[in-house]
Amino acid sequence: MEFGPHLMLAILEGAVGASVLALTALGLSLVFGVMRVVNVAHGEFFMLGAVVAWFVANSIAGHPAIGFLAALAIAPLIAGAVAMLVDRLILKNVAYDPEATIVGTIGVLYILQQSALMIYGPEARPVEPPFSHRIALPWVEWGENGLAFFYPWGLSITSYKLFVIVAAIAILLAFWLVMSRTRLGLIMRATQMDRETALAFGIPVQRVYSIVFGFGAALAALAAVLIVPIQQAHYLMGHDPLLLSFIVVIIGGLGSVRGTIVAALLIGMSDGIISVFLSPTLSKIIATLLVALVLVFRPQGLFGKKMA
Amino acid sequence: MTKALKTTRRTLLKGAGAGGLLAASPLLGRFASAQSAAPIKIGFQQHSTGIGAAYGRWYGRTTEAALKMINDAGGINGRPVEIIAEDDGTDPKRGAEVVEKFSNQHGCDVAYGTLFSHVVIGSAPAAGEQKIPYFVVSEGHHVASGALNRYTLQPGITDVKSQVQAMAPYVSENLGKKVTMIFPDFAFGHDHRDFFTAAIEAQGGEVLEHIAVPPSETSFTKYFPKIPRETEVLYHVMVGPAVLTFVKELGEFFGPSSPAIFGFIDSLEAVDLASPGLEFLEGTYFWEGNPRYAQADQTEYDKAYRAAVGVDENGASVSDPSDVSTYAHMFGCWETLHIIKAGMEAADYQGPDDRQKLIEAVEAMTDMPESMEHPQGPKLFNGKTHQVFGVQYISRVENGRLVKVHTTSIDDTLYPDEVDYTTQSF
Repeated sequence: MEFGPHLMLAILEGAVGASVLALTALGLSLVFGVMRVVNVAHGEFFMLGAVVAWFVANSIAGHPAIGFLAALAIAPLIAGAVAMLVDRLILKNVAYDPEATIVGTIGVLYILQQSALMIYGPEARPVEPPFSHRIALPWVEWGENGLAFFYPWGLSITSYKLFVIVAAIAILLAFWLVMSRTRLGLIMRATQMDRETALAFGIPVQRVYSIVFGFGAALAALAAVLIVPIQQAHYLMGHDPLLLSFIVVIIGGLGSVRGTIVAALLIGMSDGIISVFLSPTLSKIIATLLVALVLVFRPQGLFGKKMA
Repeated sequence: MTKALKTTRRTLLKGAGAGGLLAASPLLGRFASAQSAAPIKIGFQQHSTGIGAAYGRWYGRTTEAALKMINDAGGINGRPVEIIAEDDGTDPKRGAEVVEKFSNQHGCDVAYGTLFSHVVIGSAPAAGEQKIPYFVVSEGHHVASGALNRYTLQPGITDVKSQVQAMAPYVSENLGKKVTMIFPDFAFGHDHRDFFTAAIEAQGGEVLEHIAVPPSETSFTKYFPKIPRETEVLYHVMVGPAVLTFVKELGEFFGPSSPAIFGFIDSLEAVDLASPGLEFLEGTYFWEGNPRYAQADQTEYDKAYRAAVGVDENGASVSDPSDVSTYAHMFGCWETLHIIKAGMEAADYQGPDDRQKLIEAVEAMTDMPESMEHPQGPKLFNGKTHQVFGVQYISRVENGRLVKVHTTSIDDTLYPDEVDYTTQSF
């Protein structure tokens, strides 16, 4: 493939990956920012979203779009509800102790993963996209008659992949509005800034924690519903998103929304571009190396605040 | 007597132990004489979870069906046969543990049933150490290459080297000579890479590009731009939970202007050919170990085998048409179990002491005519390399069905021996 179209394909693929990654990592970052809980089970909430999407889409007859829309509404709700239950049953009982919550969420990881294996089974199952058209993309070239459009071989995207990018941007905007313009966002930010003072001002911190943990899981599930028509639901699919989310959150700065989104774009796009041009393994190596560099030279992350 | 007077807890325990042994010894004798009625235990290393799960499910069903047929016909040497299935998670490390468990814990007579080549390679040394015959159903070339040991045999399914060697002439004559290969990046895929490249070069063709994809990959479009523009034939073989995504994205990438496509059905095992997004496969070619769709010239054996396993004429479960089988591979379980039976009968197998006799009996096998025991087709077993050879099928997608267009001969699949396991000591 020629360099120009090749690069464009890489950027498009990277953009799809980055959008889904941004949503997933945002959930992880939010939970850490507000609750100081490192949620190792985050990837499993992603998986839960995909698996629930499959169940929902398959139990609703008619046009695939109906099942998909239903999944888009139901899967984050269920993942959020499960997460709130986890918060009440486990995290609260270990008093949100940082070490204990890590061990606790590792346990949750296995419980969710093995439950999915028992109930959903070991197969990878597809969810039909609501719409999917192959869009061949043109490229310009300086030919005999001046600038001319042509359609290079293999340069294409599907309408659904474009939708994923647009949907992710819309969700990110909505998230930003909730955080900055609503009372709920205000309460969350207050809890993040200073738990004790928030408590003193009558903010029900315990309930905020539950909501935040559920909200974080719902974001992961939402990302999974968007990706599942492209990648299929599988009980082991939570591993990669978890790893990448951690990478993103560490680079962006734990708890920083802006940093998370910038880092997700950086990692997602570079993953797309490096893996198209060089090798996918190399892109993982570089991402991990970046984490190491950030940890050495800027431990608080690109946009994180230095902890006292 | 004087010692017995000074009874401590320890001596009491010793005494009890000795008494237990004495009491048990007549029992031991009785068990030995009753052994001929005890079931023969076959340890089934099953990929119930992990990336091989779809195969594991159907290998399980085929195994159950073959077991029923064998037991209904009186078992092996007059003894019932029992399958002990253990999940290996499609993981080499766990695979080795499972083989040890079969030998030490379950007291299995033989181990059997592994598909994924990295698990076979990981488990075979354990089988050699435990001295338990290990019948794999894997397709990998590692058995015949001499990399494993005398306890590992592959008598029920042909290996990749013979398969691709038999495909190369058809590909170069009918589809094109400039090939790009996409394959999974582990032992099985490397067999494809090495042997098909050699085989197509022997036909005067060439492989322009080798594209290796990690078997746990979930997104594939990023690999496709490496396909050179002058490719005449795209050769694909993929495994793992994301095969449907792989083929779908392949179609999205090429759109209306694709080269000829030749795939190993592995890329679509357990996947419905009618899945949305696969329409572009119409007119493309597939290797099939055993034709998924019942063909016009279906043999009575295939008919009976299908019915026994519970597969309809589209290659899906009779109870759930969306549950598509791994038809091109799972016959290997059926045939291997019948070979274990034939071998045990030839060796007059009585128990684990006769394991070497069993291996020698299987090594002595040669021709296996097409029959109820070998419904996929006739086979030729090479006792020296522990590998079976058989006919291969090429099918074309026509109206959303795979229609057989070519059957190779066994001769097409033969290659010179690379090892003589019979010279190795047990």
